[in-house]
Amino acid sequence: MPKNRARLLQGNEAIVLGALAAGCNFFAGYPITPSSEIMELMSRELPAHGDVFIQMEDEIASLGACVGASLAGRKAMTATSGPGFSLMQENLGYACITEVPVVVVNVMRGGPSTGLPTNVAQGDVQQARWGTHGDHPGIVLSPATVSECFDLTVTAFNHAERFRTPVILLADEMVAHTREKVVLPEPDEIDVIDRRRPTVPPDWYLPYKTDGSLIPVLADLGKGYRYHVTGMVHDERGFPTRRPDEVGPFLSRLFGKISRQFGYLENVKSFYLEDAEMVVIAYGCMARSARAAVRMGRERGMKLGLLQLMCLWPFPRRPVSEALTGKRAAIVPELNMGQLRREVLRVNDGRTIVLGLSKTDGTMIDPDEILKRLREV
Amino acid sequence: MEQVNRSVVYDWLRHDKKFPHVWCPGCGLGIVLGALVRALVKSGLSKDEVVLVSGIGCSGRLPVYVDVGSVHTTHGRALTFATGIKLAKPELTVITVMGDGDALAIGGNHLIHAARRNLDIMAIIINNQNYGMTGGQYSPTTPLGARASTALCGQIEPPFDVSVLCSAAGAAFVARSTVYHVDQTEKLVLQAMTHPGFSVVEVLSPCYTNFGRQNVLGSHIEMMKEFKKSAVPVSRWEQMTETEREGFFVTDVLVDRQLPRYLDSYRAVCYTAARMKAEGKL
Repeated sequence: MPKNRARLLQGNEAIVLGALAAGCNFFAGYPITPSSEIMELMSRELPAHGDVFIQMEDEIASLGACVGASLAGRKAMTATSGPGFSLMQENLGYACITEVPVVVVNVMRGGPSTGLPTNVAQGDVQQARWGTHGDHPGIVLSPATVSECFDLTVTAFNHAERFRTPVILLADEMVAHTREKVVLPEPDEIDVIDRRRPTVPPDWYLPYKTDGSLIPVLADLGKGYRYHVTGMVHDERGFPTRRPDEVGPFLSRLFGKISRQFGYLENVKSFYLEDAEMVVIAYGCMARSARAAVRMGRERGMKLGLLQLMCLWPFPRRPVSEALTGKRAAIVPELNMGQLRREVLRVNDGRTIVLGLSKTDGTMIDPDEILKRLREV
Repeated sequence: MEQVNRSVVYDWLRHDKKFPHVWCPGCGLGIVLGALVRALVKSGLSKDEVVLVSGIGCSGRLPVYVDVGSVHTTHGRALTFATGIKLAKPELTVITVMGDGDALAIGGNHLIHAARRNLDIMAIIINNQNYGMTGGQYSPTTPLGARASTALCGQIEPPFDVSVLCSAAGAAFVARSTVYHVDQTEKLVLQAMTHPGFSVVEVLSPCYTNFGRQNVLGSHIEMMKEFKKSAVPVSRWEQMTETEREGFFVTDVLVDRQLPRYLDSYRAVCYTAARMKAEGKL
């Protein structure tokens, strides 16, 4: 008899199970609402498997420890919320430039600053992309259901390992604390990607020299490949450089390794888009309201469709553009002042009406509010 | 003291890749680098067993010259990366190299918590009493009254005593030396490296370019002579009265104690958790 894989889980718990299924064997964190359950569950699971859990002195230290552990070969994750995510930005940039795989979960709450610690919000969408200083690429995933919390955490680890870059799982308080039924995949149904490791002899090894993939093959510390890791712009050997002919290509490659794979990274779900006259574009908890609004609207004769974005960054230009084509109007309901609508407007380029629907009072936008706004068109 | 073969030291440096170094003439960092490499050679460790981690500043540039795994991290955060590396691979010898601003100001929180946690990491804190790389601003170890580029009328904040701070925070081994006392530095670094738990070696080092010039201390040689004159080994320090100690500072091993090691305690947690899980209690 196959084991029953159905569970009643909270989003935060599904994130932990997804991480473990993806091979996470290092967690460092600092308590913060509404993500603390992730750390608590990790503190139960990892030591029992002989893996590493540590509660650090702050979020800066948490991400520092994760990056260090990842350099030593571990699959590392940390979890936080707005204020902690702000503190992590510097080391996030470090992981970007040194090309170290790491997964950062940000369970969004109301902001800025301490804001609304226990309320839902989606105010960190642009911060997740541009929070750390300097030009840098970014991969940001956003789950809308508990089941997606599991799946996208696995995806986050796979992207981090494959592209050698930090990946941000941008959940929100609503998704993280919702309990619902999840059917967990069998372990053999889960694709797990591990980073490439060098096969050349140490004498020939150049840590940041890349092949056609533009992704370097970094060795684990202590494996006989002695090299230098630095947050300064570096050459193929890993040593700091200021030579314009090395700095320029370095930053281009950092972007190129992600931008070449836009298609691979696209991750959207669509509902009733084929014959829709109006489209709702939503992500995270708002995709739940949006789905209900589409269903209710259809019952009342409105031809509505939904495009749910699960990979927010890089922004899924092609699917969004296709979803906007030929539509009378689009609406982007968000629990912020319109952070992702800006991107939709950019892709839309004046073709159709793109409405925003913002709410920042710590509560959800309910389906009726979406329908009401669409009826005004 | 046993001399280390120079060709072996040469072999431990990234001589064909990273020299000449970035430091100013008269800087003490090269002396610390030499002492560290000689101590590493004497420790019998292989190059693949050692990871050097640094933060930002003049001291942050030290690991790049040594042919081991070297990680140049963010300002003040060397100990956090080192914690991750050590926990991920306990078999590695993890050494952090930090400056006084790096370790005590921006990284002060990480320092006291690393000392409290007692993970087997060694920290070398090179104390030049100011922020050298950015132009001689005052640091948490700038003496009262000393001039800095952000304290033109003299420093008004009292300085930290690195050793007292680390000792109070729970470090298992704390020592102090100066770059004038080269052999002592090498000896203390080697001792700290092999001591179980978190160990700290503070090395006083001259920054003539900034601190020396602003405070009209003559030259880097004069500053080294000052170290020679003012450093008192702990054996003599204990016999001195409070008034005799005025103008001097204590060196050598200041704290040497056996404390529960984090990794031992963590392994016990793993064992208990695995047993509880097997029994269905977790």
